[in-house]
Amino acid sequence: MSLETPLHKVEGLGASHSGVTHFWRQRVSAAALVPLGLWFAVSVLGLVGAHEAATLSFLSQPVNAILMAAFVVILLYHMALGLQVVIDDYIHSSGQKVFLMLLMRGFAIAVGATCLFALLRIAGPL
Amino acid sequence: MAEPPHAAHRQRPLSPFVTIYHWPVTMATSITHRVTGVGLAAGAVLLAWWLVATASGPSNFNQFIALASTPLGQVILFGFTWALAYHLLNGIRHIAWDLGYGFGKATARNMSVLVIVGSIALAVGFFALAYTGTGGYYQ
Repeated sequence: MSLETPLHKVEGLGASHSGVTHFWRQRVSAAALVPLGLWFAVSVLGLVGAHEAATLSFLSQPVNAILMAAFVVILLYHMALGLQVVIDDYIHSSGQKVFLMLLMRGFAIAVGATCLFALLRIAGPL
Repeated sequence: MAEPPHAAHRQRPLSPFVTIYHWPVTMATSITHRVTGVGLAAGAVLLAWWLVATASGPSNFNQFIALASTPLGQVILFGFTWALAYHLLNGIRHIAWDLGYGFGKATARNMSVLVIVGSIALAVGFFALAYTGTGGYYQ
């Protein structure tokens, strides 16, 4: 016997009210970060000891600028999804939870916007 | 007259907390995944700092590189390198689990050890390449 209402059952969203959305987004972003993370490691290793001019010229190449922007955005998205679970697990007061969620997402957006601005400044004007 | 003990003050049996269990390696690798994940969130600030410094002229760039080159800077960068390697390798384990693989007792234990050893090897290898001059090919 199920205690679910028929509407709740067909919605398929469960107790989280969002179904598998969070789970799926965390996995897809993780899978994307495997090749992007390897590219980032290879790039940073290649830039060891590089002067400003060499670093600028590397990051201003379109492919590198695009990959770095994708790495930053997907990394921060994955970070926000992960930190959301940590906050959900350890913070039980709903006021604190809402506050920390807003703070955490504000942090992700601030870091992301800063990185993208820096990348635009490095790569532009086109 | 002695008051009857309030329900909240009665000695209740407690469920065992993590501190009471023997720690299998799988428990250590599980919590380390979360710890490295939270740590890498701080690493995102470092990534932003590097990009901003690169975008803000030679003196800011050189200042960042000078700070990163200090012993403390190198220790911090090694820490983030290892954390990224660990989270990457253990993340691949997570994806394997989601596909239904790797739940056997021996497999779980062996993969845990592999992730620990592999992440240290990747981080040490990365720094070895950097210090022996194999890096820097984009100069």
